[in-house]
Amino acid sequence: MWIIQGVLSFLASAGFGIIFNTPKKMLFYCGFVGMTGWLVYRAFNIYSDDPVQASFLGAFAVAVFAHLLAKKFRTPMIIFSVAGIIPLVPGGMAYNAMRHIVENDYLNAISFATGAFMVSGAIAMGLVFAEVMIQIIFRNTFGRRNKTE
Amino acid sequence: MAIDCCLLAGRLMMQSGAETYRVEDTMSRMADTQELSATHSFVTPTGIIFSPGSPHHTKLVRIKNRTTDLEKVALVNDVSRKLSADEYTLEEAYSKLLEIEKVDVMFPLWLQVLAAAVVSGCFLIMFEGLWIDVPAAFVAGGIGYIIVTRIHELTRVKFFAEFVGSLFIGLIGFGAVQIGLGTDLDKIIIGSVMPLVPGLLITNAVRDLMAGHFMSGLSKGAEATLTAFAIGAGVALVFSF
Repeated sequence: MWIIQGVLSFLASAGFGIIFNTPKKMLFYCGFVGMTGWLVYRAFNIYSDDPVQASFLGAFAVAVFAHLLAKKFRTPMIIFSVAGIIPLVPGGMAYNAMRHIVENDYLNAISFATGAFMVSGAIAMGLVFAEVMIQIIFRNTFGRRNKTE
Repeated sequence: MAIDCCLLAGRLMMQSGAETYRVEDTMSRMADTQELSATHSFVTPTGIIFSPGSPHHTKLVRIKNRTTDLEKVALVNDVSRKLSADEYTLEEAYSKLLEIEKVDVMFPLWLQVLAAAVVSGCFLIMFEGLWIDVPAAFVAGGIGYIIVTRIHELTRVKFFAEFVGSLFIGLIGFGAVQIGLGTDLDKIIIGSVMPLVPGLLITNAVRDLMAGHFMSGLSKGAEATLTAFAIGAGVALVFSF
């Protein structure tokens, strides 16, 4: 089951790479980043049963890997992060919210919409935390290098 | 020349879907190499104001259309890095940028449609759908993507294109369930609309907001919200019958 999920999330993220016209050489890495994010999300979602925390960790993993790859290939980081983030987007919750609104079931619609909103916020926080962490780490290593020189 | 070069690079990046702060960063880096001191740039999704400091005049370029073309972002980034590293002269960099503006590096449409179809099928299984529904999602996702691209080319109204696209996805999903080719309508539709989700806008909006570019962040957030509403409205129309 995990292997199937990994392969499918790899394909989905690489497919998004094609839709967003990522450079051809980077498609493989896009898929890799997306797979990592989705597996982290899924593992934590099963472990804690909380999609908000799981999305935070998934987005965090995506952003960390995207930053590392961006440093390695000297390309903008969004090339890797955009395709990787898509599987975490709360499409299902947003869909359910919309569907309940159409059926005039506003109470359930609001609870789904709030869930979708929280997950989006968690993804945003995951991206930002990873960015700050990477910046702090790399600044420190550069600082040390300068001192030894 | 140096100012035009900076503006062209900024415009190309913004049109291809780069983050605002990266565009400003690239422009000021390029300006630094050309000994323009005290430059200021103000980048929004719809226009760039660039002030190269006295004695030069401030210039403005308007950004009319925006697409998602990450390869161009990478190419412009590469030119700016080589210019900073003195691998390119200003003339070389400018002619490279003009070249990048003209070339069409997009993947062919059939490949994009195939990618959208495969993505739809993958998401169906990732969201715990059944394998029996995969063909329906595959077809609905691919056709939905073609419709969105074609109508966007025809009308130039992005939200209308997304509305019609998701309407057709809903209809195809509904039809597939009616004739027995699918079982779970909800999962088919969720999987098939995933290629239309404004992922780039969401990521960029967040990163711009965190970098302190509130204008760009909010306007990109508004664009993403409108896109989401357009998709939702298209699917909702199918259910309201």
